[in-house]
Amino acid sequence: MSQPVILTMKQISKAFPGVQALNQVDFCLRQGEIHALMGENGAGKSTLIKVLTGVYQMDQGAVWLEDRPVQIRSPQEALSLGISTVYQEVNLCPNLTVAENLYLGREPVKHGRIDWKESIRRAGALLNKLSIAVSPSAMLDECSLALQQMIAIARAVDMNCKILILDEPTSSLDDEEVAQLFALMRQLKQAGVGMIFVTHFLEQVYEISDRITVLRNGERVGEYDTSALPRLQLVAKMMGKDFNDLAVIQAAPKGQVDSTSPPVIEARGLGHSGTIKPFDLTIHKGEVVGLTGLLGSGRSETVRTIYGADRPDQGSLKVNGRPVKISQPLDAMKLGMAYLPEDRKKEGIIPELSVRENIILALQAKRGLFHLMSRKEMEEAADRYIELLQIKTPSRETPVKSLSGGNQQKVIIGRWLLTNPDYLILDEPTRGIDIGTKTEIQKLVLELAGQGKAITFISSEIEEMLRTCSRMAVLRDGAMVGELAGDQLTQAQIMQTIAGGKTVQEDK
Amino acid sequence: MKQKRFSWQRLVHARLFMPLVCLAVVLLANVIRTPDFFKISLNNGVLYGYLIDIINRSSELVILAVGMTLATAASGGQDISVGAVMAVSAAICCQILSGGEVSVTSLAAPIILAALAGVVAAALCGAFNGFLVAKLHIQPMVATLILYTAGRGIAQLVTRGQITYVRVDAYKVLGGYIGNCPIPTPVFVALIVVIIMAIILKKTALGLYLESVGNNGKASRLVGLNSALICFMAYVLCSILAGIAGLVASSRIYSADANNIGLNLEMDAILAVALGGNNLGGGSFNLTGSIIGAYTIQALTTTLYAMKVSADQLPVYKAIVIVIIVMLQSPIFRSLIAGMKHKRTVTVNEK
Amino acid sequence: MKSKKLSRSGLLLAITIVLFLLMYVSGMLIFSDKGFAKPQMFLNLFISNAGLIVIGCGLTLVMITGGIDISVGSVTALICTVSAFMMENMGLSAVSALIASLFIGLLFGVVQGYLVSYLEIQPFIITLAGMFFARGMTAVVSTEMISIKNELFLKWAKTKIILPFGYTNKKGVYIEAYIYPTVVIALLTLVLIALMLKYTRFGRALYAIGGNAQSAVMMGLNVRRDKFKAYALDGFLTGLGGFLFCLNSCAGFVEQAKGLEMDAISAAVIGGTLLTGGVGGVVGTLFGVLIKGTIASLITTQGTLSSWWVRIALSALLCFFIVLQAVIGSVGSKKNRAKLV
Ligand SMILES: Nc1ncnc2c1ncn2[C@@H]1O[C@H](COP(=O)(O)OP(=O)(O)OP(=O)(O)O)[C@@H](O)[C@H]1O
Ligand SMILES: [Mg+2]
Repeated sequence: MSQPVILTMKQISKAFPGVQALNQVDFCLRQGEIHALMGENGAGKSTLIKVLTGVYQMDQGAVWLEDRPVQIRSPQEALSLGISTVYQEVNLCPNLTVAENLYLGREPVKHGRIDWKESIRRAGALLNKLSIAVSPSAMLDECSLALQQMIAIARAVDMNCKILILDEPTSSLDDEEVAQLFALMRQLKQAGVGMIFVTHFLEQVYEISDRITVLRNGERVGEYDTSALPRLQLVAKMMGKDFNDLAVIQAAPKGQVDSTSPPVIEARGLGHSGTIKPFDLTIHKGEVVGLTGLLGSGRSETVRTIYGADRPDQGSLKVNGRPVKISQPLDAMKLGMAYLPEDRKKEGIIPELSVRENIILALQAKRGLFHLMSRKEMEEAADRYIELLQIKTPSRETPVKSLSGGNQQKVIIGRWLLTNPDYLILDEPTRGIDIGTKTEIQKLVLELAGQGKAITFISSEIEEMLRTCSRMAVLRDGAMVGELAGDQLTQAQIMQTIAGGKTVQEDK
Repeated sequence: MKQKRFSWQRLVHARLFMPLVCLAVVLLANVIRTPDFFKISLNNGVLYGYLIDIINRSSELVILAVGMTLATAASGGQDISVGAVMAVSAAICCQILSGGEVSVTSLAAPIILAALAGVVAAALCGAFNGFLVAKLHIQPMVATLILYTAGRGIAQLVTRGQITYVRVDAYKVLGGYIGNCPIPTPVFVALIVVIIMAIILKKTALGLYLESVGNNGKASRLVGLNSALICFMAYVLCSILAGIAGLVASSRIYSADANNIGLNLEMDAILAVALGGNNLGGGSFNLTGSIIGAYTIQALTTTLYAMKVSADQLPVYKAIVIVIIVMLQSPIFRSLIAGMKHKRTVTVNEK
Repeated sequence: MKSKKLSRSGLLLAITIVLFLLMYVSGMLIFSDKGFAKPQMFLNLFISNAGLIVIGCGLTLVMITGGIDISVGSVTALICTVSAFMMENMGLSAVSALIASLFIGLLFGVVQGYLVSYLEIQPFIITLAGMFFARGMTAVVSTEMISIKNELFLKWAKTKIILPFGYTNKKGVYIEAYIYPTVVIALLTLVLIALMLKYTRFGRALYAIGGNAQSAVMMGLNVRRDKFKAYALDGFLTGLGGFLFCLNSCAGFVEQAKGLEMDAISAAVIGGTLLTGGVGGVVGTLFGVLIKGTIASLITTQGTLSSWWVRIALSALLCFFIVLQAVIGSVGSKKNRAKLV
């Protein structure tokens, strides 16, 4: 039953200015097991991983590989010891091709020079094997976030490693890709690779993992066999209190759609040539409209055209019944819109600025250059949202880049809530957010709708959408192909529409 | 508890502490070599002394450093045309004052008007730079390279290749003394520029906007900031300040010397920004640091002259001191030094 | 599918080459009576810029990593003056001057590289200090201008390599086209560096570092070591380029090669290398050098401008070129993006 232990971490401690990210954490990994590392945002999961791979140096503790004590001082050493990692934030080079990213640092060499043909060929084979639909010679920055994530995974699994670390690899993947990844993980498991798997999706943990280690506030809560730890108990261990996410959501009231007053958003034939075909979309007060579709189906592009992030080149838009022209995001903001972008690293956070500045930035921009918010006002606003969203940060003056991934996301949500918008566009707002807060956010969405705000919600998780949305628009290949409401809102029906099933009448 | 105090120290001091220490060390180095370095005397109703000299001479550099800090923050690149823009503004101002003559003893136009024209010309230069950087997305150092080469040509064109002298007392005020005031005017000009800029940064959201745009332009656009406009304004502001510095420099020599006004000052300005602990890659900035940096550079130069180093060889010593200063500021170097003792204890503990 | 491969760096390079050809051809048409159309005129571009080409190659390497080196002009002056001093005032051989040049360049590269990569000090500042230091040391070596009269050195400098083509001048005499050995060395270096960038792991690592240094670390590259090597190599190439420069000028003095760093940087940028790193290549830099050389020779051929107009015209042409490149580049990449979707 018990496989040999291949990795032992003992009494690991790591402090950052203002926080003890890890406090005497033990961890052990067996051969051929999938070990889930669980915890709330900021619990220290990524830090533990980065200590193991030599990105950070630990303050205290020791690491053994099999029964050999090792000192890992850089990712390079980790690699050479057979530890391969997919980090939480995609870490690839945007200026290189997909093939180059796959083989960087270990390019096939023939006669003392890099054999590009071989590299492209191997990359093609690897991508094929993992069913990643991208040309090896495409530039990485032309790939979507999900593709980049898959490429990072491909790179890691191709390394012939003994230990594979996956830090939230599934946060931007859709179900099909997750299934693929899991199939691959099972294969590697057969081959005896030990895997550390971090995720906030509980279903995935139960589907794939053998054991679970739970962290809370930088301390280890315990290590459990997955089969022996029911879901509710796991959540309780992570949060340190009892919590039933589903109950919370079901208790929340659904918004009352107000279809008497003019719709908040009324798009007619709005489109952006080259990315999305003209579409119609009407959203009323108090309504949560979901946008769904496969990755790359144009969900983000659709909302970006409404918001003016990409300037629409056809069609018209009415806000509260009045025709408007939006040529830049500020116009949209002045009309009461808010847009939480999908890619938080590239388009969301201002990394060097503090949590406070990141939170107030949108409101300040809306007010204008000459109406600087007073320091007190800023601090109050920041504190309010740190409290409300339970943002875990040493202080409000900490640069946002040193927050954990999930907490960065919360900062950006806070930024938009602060502007008190009438129409809120949320593109993957719960990506990388822990289960407790995720439920809070879903609840918040319903509450906001209850207050009469209009909301567009995009998520790769259909269940989450089903819980929050009162209506859903389905996109395929950049075109809106159907709308579902009421009884039609079932998982099966949605999947069918996405895939292009014929049972759904297009439009009403 | 100990942990907390340590980090507090780093947070508060990291940015201004080292620049200040460096300035202090440069100044103190003189106590040994030139004992009368700190002596300030009053001759003919005017203050004299090395210290006064440093504060006076660094005025232009301080003004430039302020502008350079803003441009760097917003664009992540440097404006290398500021020296040339100084020459342009000086040339235009002097040419208007002299009415086209090579050397005059009476004014052909009101000084205010001429100075204003000089600054406006500088602003136009800034608009040109800003357009290239913010709108056409040309890399700052290359975009400003155009005026870096052309600027002095334009200045010569304005003065028709001559050095225009304005031998009027009123014009010498800006680079000299106001009435019986014992403190040189440039000191006040620098002070006013710094105060105005401090007020702008305190009362408007400009600082936040600049940092945000310089840090992540894409994200800034999505929160409603007009990244291009903000970057453009930073370059205009930078050039306007260069124009003002040009007027001061020209008033000091009551002439417009297109080839020498502000020569190589752009490099010193960039150096000041970096010595002040700012990242030349853009984003967060620290104006006070840059100003301290500017005084440090001038203090260094004056010190070396006081030690009788020849002008030709001055750069050697300057380079050595700069390297020492930036090494002391480098966190890695500091932790290396600290680590030497530390490492020993760690290995002992393990065994 | 194919259009993807021509993204950014390829596109910029293509634009640069086309614009260069356009500029050269129009120069030939406008100034054909002044000999601009002669093949030797074209070869002279290489002869007078051999040193700059090599220096530009080195600079391109560090620019690809996202760094910069502004010490190259001063280091060139130092190398020229030291070489001249060694040969003329100390009576040493040309070979020892060459070795000293390479050594000086390498030394600057190693020291600057160490400070930049291992202590993570901003490259602009370190190389600015390097620039001050080298210029000051030049004055320490000699404040007077030293002309070089060493025989071997002059032989290296002025041996003509006759090319198998030429032209017939007005009097009907056939004149053979020629180059100097410096050109051969420069082009050879260029090819070697281009191959290194394309076909070695080290070369690819430089691009990765420039693209995202943090990612490069996490992907297991030894970023510090590779950056250090890039600066060291840059220093060595500056040493070589400086010596070639010296072969062309046959003299050393304090004010020599002033502004050479800006020439080299702008040549690299015009050739499509980004100052922010990760994109570019030495072939582009070659064309950047040629373009700047052409602009300069267009203006000297014109010949009637007063000194300040020369400056203005030079930068106006430079401006015209940079703006055109930026405009075409942004239109081109927009189209590319649209096509992809
Ligand atoms: N580079 C850093 N500098 C300062 N503090 C940091 C840094 N990285 C992480 N931290 C802090 O360490 C703590 C643990 O962060 P970590 O990224 O390990 O959390 P996590 O468990 O991975 O969370 P998430 O689920 O949100 O990814 C957080 O409080 C974070 O603010
Ligand atoms: Mg994490």
